[in-house]
Amino acid sequence: MKLFLHVWRQKDRTDPGRMETYNAEDISPDMSFLEMLDEVNEKLIQEGNEPIAFDHDCREGICGTCSLVINGMAHGPERGTTVCQLHMRKFQDGERIVIEPWRAKAFPVIRDLIVDRSSLDRIIQAGGFVSVNTGGAHDGNALPVPKPNAETAMDAAACIGCGACAAACKNASAMLFVAAKVSHLAHLPQGQPERSQRVKKMVEQHDQEGFGHCSNQYECEAACPKEISVKFITQLNRDYLRACVSAKD
Amino acid sequence: MNLDSKTPTGPLDSKWTRYKSECKLVNPANKRKYHVLVVGTGLAGAAAAATLAELGYSVAAFCYQDSPRRAHSIAAQGGINAAKNYQNDGDSVWRLFYDTIKGGDYRAREANVHRLAEVSTAIIDQCVAQGVPFAREYGGLLDNRSFGGAQVSRTFYCRGQTGQQLLLGAYQALSRQISYGNVKMHPRTEMLDLVVSGGRARGIVTRDLETGKIESHTGDAVLLCTGGYANAYYLSTNAAGCNVTATYRAYKKGAAFANPCYTQIHPTCIPVAGDHQSKLTLMSESLRNDGRIWVPRKTGDTRRPAQIPDSERDYYLERKYPSYGNLAPRDIASRAAKEVCDEGRGVGSGGRGVYLDFADAIRRLGQPKVAEKYGNLFQMYERITGEDGYQQPMRIYPALHYTMGGLWVDYNLMSNIQGLFVLGEANFSDHGANRLGASALMQGLADGYFIIPYTLANYFASTKQERLPADHAEFQRAEKDVGERVKKMLTVKGKKTAVELHRELGQTMWDNCGMARTKDSIQRTIKRVEELREEFWNNVNVTGTDANLNVALERAGRVADFMEFGELLARDALAREESCGGHFREEYQYPDGEAKRDDEHFAHVAAWEYQGPDKPPARLVEPLHWEFVKPTVRSYK
Repeated sequence: MKLFLHVWRQKDRTDPGRMETYNAEDISPDMSFLEMLDEVNEKLIQEGNEPIAFDHDCREGICGTCSLVINGMAHGPERGTTVCQLHMRKFQDGERIVIEPWRAKAFPVIRDLIVDRSSLDRIIQAGGFVSVNTGGAHDGNALPVPKPNAETAMDAAACIGCGACAAACKNASAMLFVAAKVSHLAHLPQGQPERSQRVKKMVEQHDQEGFGHCSNQYECEAACPKEISVKFITQLNRDYLRACVSAKD
Repeated sequence: MNLDSKTPTGPLDSKWTRYKSECKLVNPANKRKYHVLVVGTGLAGAAAAATLAELGYSVAAFCYQDSPRRAHSIAAQGGINAAKNYQNDGDSVWRLFYDTIKGGDYRAREANVHRLAEVSTAIIDQCVAQGVPFAREYGGLLDNRSFGGAQVSRTFYCRGQTGQQLLLGAYQALSRQISYGNVKMHPRTEMLDLVVSGGRARGIVTRDLETGKIESHTGDAVLLCTGGYANAYYLSTNAAGCNVTATYRAYKKGAAFANPCYTQIHPTCIPVAGDHQSKLTLMSESLRNDGRIWVPRKTGDTRRPAQIPDSERDYYLERKYPSYGNLAPRDIASRAAKEVCDEGRGVGSGGRGVYLDFADAIRRLGQPKVAEKYGNLFQMYERITGEDGYQQPMRIYPALHYTMGGLWVDYNLMSNIQGLFVLGEANFSDHGANRLGASALMQGLADGYFIIPYTLANYFASTKQERLPADHAEFQRAEKDVGERVKKMLTVKGKKTAVELHRELGQTMWDNCGMARTKDSIQRTIKRVEELREEFWNNVNVTGTDANLNVALERAGRVADFMEFGELLARDALAREESCGGHFREEYQYPDGEAKRDDEHFAHVAAWEYQGPDKPPARLVEPLHWEFVKPTVRSYK
């Protein structure tokens, strides 16, 4: 396959950045999208140029590091798939492909296609945990969890924290990310003692980071590589409302 | 150098209890005066950093990824072992201990392995308390599955994402400590050197991967939790960034590197598709619970799998190992796959593959039940190969997956350098020559949550505190060395990229020092690695500068260390003239092809000590003592 790439290049945080074009030749349809970029990079280095910087690590769709907007879609055209698991057989020979970084105020570009997602870490630090120290936990089976609740918690916990939800959202809202963590813990008995505080703190941090508000367009669910459902945002809204009107805290 | 394991005396099942009651403690008010540097934030690192911060120590944690949540522990799929015996199927601490030590082909320390089995149950309790969404039975209690090398169901799991959920549990505990100001987190930061002075670890030198800034960090103890070295083989199931740099740099500063030849090759990976391949993808071994592995009986049988009747299929694991069948341990299952492919009975393009067939399970349980258990793995398979595993058997082939070798540590998890501790996959201690499935998560969390808090306190309380300032001459020297090395790579301006050279290194490691090794093939490896290293420093092409984010430079630095480390691995493989676990020397096998261990000459840990750039490393030996179990021929028949 032969492809024509339009790629965002930006030297560092202060550089205004620009689109550049590259040809990708002799691409096998069995390659992953990142392997295609590897090939382009090898050629760039051989020609004495700097490779296109992009984030990636596990290359099996679980670490959440890879983060490309391909033809305007976060993680590319295939549903429920991270870029590292997207294969070139999903593209046409001779296709023109536009590759950009996540675009959101809360994700400043560091270089080329790499963005700073520490805002997501700070949202978890604000309250996305159960406050238990190591040691002293009672027996695992002392706390039965109804199977449906455990399954729903797991559905939410499957979030890989890639940030595609915010990248896909016209408001750059990371509500789906926040909702996934809030719902994961809200469906388990372990999460109950801090449930109100958690949702308030995480939403507050989300807003402080410069993410926008949710206006129910569900672009996030469409882009999410783990297909996390927007029903968790409903859960988040409910928990948030309850926490805000409850007199105690 | 003396490799004293410092194993406590007394009965096996009371060693750890006694250690805990006798070890020295640090007063709560004094803990914050101790600075602990934790490198790596996978299960071992995140668990250690969180737990030590909870106890009151001042912790700084480092990872090369953009967030501690992305460490490669996240990719572990199948589960975590614990001797809970919730299934009432005869499990016990002793049995988990015994399975692990037998699974490791009697090349691990009894006391370490027993401690691991003991703390396994507390790990599950801790993770449940953190809100890890383990799989449940309808009654609400925890569910278990079986794994290779065991005849009981003791594996706890979260669908096919157990590593992810356990890591997120540890990451959330770590995040909590970061928010309290007890941990200073340094993401996108790579450790490039260890600073040792007066025989003690004093701190580390790092490079900020965004700005290129080289910086010294001083501490009272350094914990390396930096994972394994499988990427020395280029193609492995490890993440692209996984590297040996931190442990190899520590080795060059005097830490002994133990058993580097013990590499684990995982039987259920998706076969290589072409030269462009950047990594191999593993599918959980739990698939072997319900999938049956087979190849055609005849060589060169090119019929589609559905057209081959049962009588013309060879379910070779069930045939050779009737009592464990498809759940034979990883090293054995991998070698058996290589054997049938070497005979020309392999399937798929290139003939390097075997079938993993779910037809029987689908008939027995129905597709929905199979999908519930393994759905995400079938999806992953389809995405990569374009084939549907429900309709036709999957094709699998072994791939490099885990490394049992690592820096030598004593019972305290401390290396031979005072104050340098090594946790998780980065150390050598618990898995012997082969690791059983679902034991890596167990070991990482055991080390981080439940062992290091005791042994580190004991070290601090029995050693005088003397932290060096970050502008001490040793730090300055290390910073200078690191800076010069980085500059040197940028000035070669040769013709090959680091990736090309890495691929060549991996090729020779896999072909000659992989699943099966001979004296000749290992000697060829050593020679070839020397040539490649020479070529690297004369012909590598690294573009860009060292003053900003430079992915080519990061890669080149890691490859440079693999170029040296590969030789160490091969030297260890050459010196170990026996077959055991993941180390199979063709010269040492029984007539039926099973590994021939040599307890008379090799019942020891081999730890390598760096002797400078011009001399070969010295091979030191820690004998293994068998007080409580008797090594036998490891049979799974």
